[in-house]
Amino acid sequence: MSIMQKQRRKNPELGYAKDLLTIVEQVLSQCVEKGIRVITNGGGANPKGCRDAIFRWCEKKGLRGIRIATVLGDDILGKITEFEKRSIKLDNMETGEAVEKIRGRILSANVYFGAWPIVQALQQGAHIVITGRTADASLTLAPMAYEFGWSQSDWNKLAAGVVAGHVLECGGQASGGNFSAGWRDVPDLAHIGFPIAEAYPDGDVIITKHEGSGGLVNVATVTEQLVYEIGDPRSYITPDCIADFTTIKLIEEGVNRVRITGVRGQPAPESYKVSVSYSDGFMAVGTLTYSWPGALEKAKKADEILRTRLQDLGLVFDEIRTEFPGFDSTHGELVQRENSPEEVMLRVAVRSNSHKAVEVFGKEIVALVLNGPPDVTGYARGRPKPSEVFAFWPALVPKSLVSPEVVVEEI
Amino acid sequence: MRIQLASICHARSGDKGNIANIGLIARKPEYYRIIEEHVTAERVKKHFASICRGDVVRYELPNLNALNFVLFQALDGGGTKSLRTDAQGKTLASALLRMEIDIRDPIDT
Repeated sequence: MSIMQKQRRKNPELGYAKDLLTIVEQVLSQCVEKGIRVITNGGGANPKGCRDAIFRWCEKKGLRGIRIATVLGDDILGKITEFEKRSIKLDNMETGEAVEKIRGRILSANVYFGAWPIVQALQQGAHIVITGRTADASLTLAPMAYEFGWSQSDWNKLAAGVVAGHVLECGGQASGGNFSAGWRDVPDLAHIGFPIAEAYPDGDVIITKHEGSGGLVNVATVTEQLVYEIGDPRSYITPDCIADFTTIKLIEEGVNRVRITGVRGQPAPESYKVSVSYSDGFMAVGTLTYSWPGALEKAKKADEILRTRLQDLGLVFDEIRTEFPGFDSTHGELVQRENSPEEVMLRVAVRSNSHKAVEVFGKEIVALVLNGPPDVTGYARGRPKPSEVFAFWPALVPKSLVSPEVVVEEI
Repeated sequence: MRIQLASICHARSGDKGNIANIGLIARKPEYYRIIEEHVTAERVKKHFASICRGDVVRYELPNLNALNFVLFQALDGGGTKSLRTDAQGKTLASALLRMEIDIRDPIDT
């Protein structure tokens, strides 16, 4: 969101997910023809800009009668001061830290809306619904609630909808991608079919994928996605309801068909989650590759030399982190330490409030090639350059203070 | 009998800020009681001693034959701030599957 805010500041017509245009160009005519509605939170920092870009493309193609809805109001960057006057502060909901710590460095602040503004847009006949920040699972719940006429307090059905949304929200991760149980058994990953939810009025959902596509849908693939990025499973919190993942029943009903049933839920929370991003210095990552003999020993020596030079230069870093990809960058102390890799990467990452310090680091790590241990390569892309760090800060605001606005336009 | 979790489980890990979670799923329903007994929050915390700086909390999902472990302060700031190769903790699942446990009754894996 912070990147999109930056884009919009540079050019008021931008600030949304540009991929959307590519997708729309490929499928919009078919969608309208077949009555397939498109719902996306790719509007980012500029849902209206996204809509206008699509309308311009429609005009070029001579398409008429296309109705696009935008859901606005998630952007509360301009309201933070007003909220503070009402004693509503965006303190960190996880650490409890006061917002004063980051106040002057805030780049964006967006609430996560839920399904109901999208339902409203669908009720108004929108072919495409473009939102800003919306909880991913709500994107799936919305068409179900709309189609089946669920009420805002049908907690069990709403919970079933967000569970389906959680399964769909990471693409192929529910249909054979990133599959711990048996990736070698997944057919044709190059043409993986993304998961599809066949939804029923009672809240049951069948997870499946397109006939003829690659990938795999079974209890194991769906279970892996269900446990992905969750905390307390009894309390999966969304703007629309709280779902209890311990009530989920999965039933394999055929090849690549898994039924999700039995889901129960609780009332929605009284607050919206806010995603605040703020500027937090600069960082860079540099890598070099050392080959046999003694690859790891040489890489460690290079790291020692680099750190000595950075220290001698008096540069201040918040953190310098060294890892050896090919040896222990993923599992750390758990790897077999006796193993001696034939080749290994030295990866050094730094973070500092000083752009200059990070820039100098970039020069120093590449200088190791000519002046450090031998048999080293992987520097051809040049010095790693500093990039700005956008850190995230989760907060809460009462729902009563923020209202979504649905705007429908037709071309 | 000493077994490695990888022989009786699969797993997936993810992140939320500086918190990582690992879902540990028994490959067969009958293996669930084994992991429920042996894979405690304390043992997971010990296993990840070099990575996890905060608490480890365990949740049970018997309906899915799974346990969910939440590891606090595990990602060095997490997300965009962390300098880790694996800032999102996506390889912590396989790291957990390395864990070895001693079980009483031999099983055929």
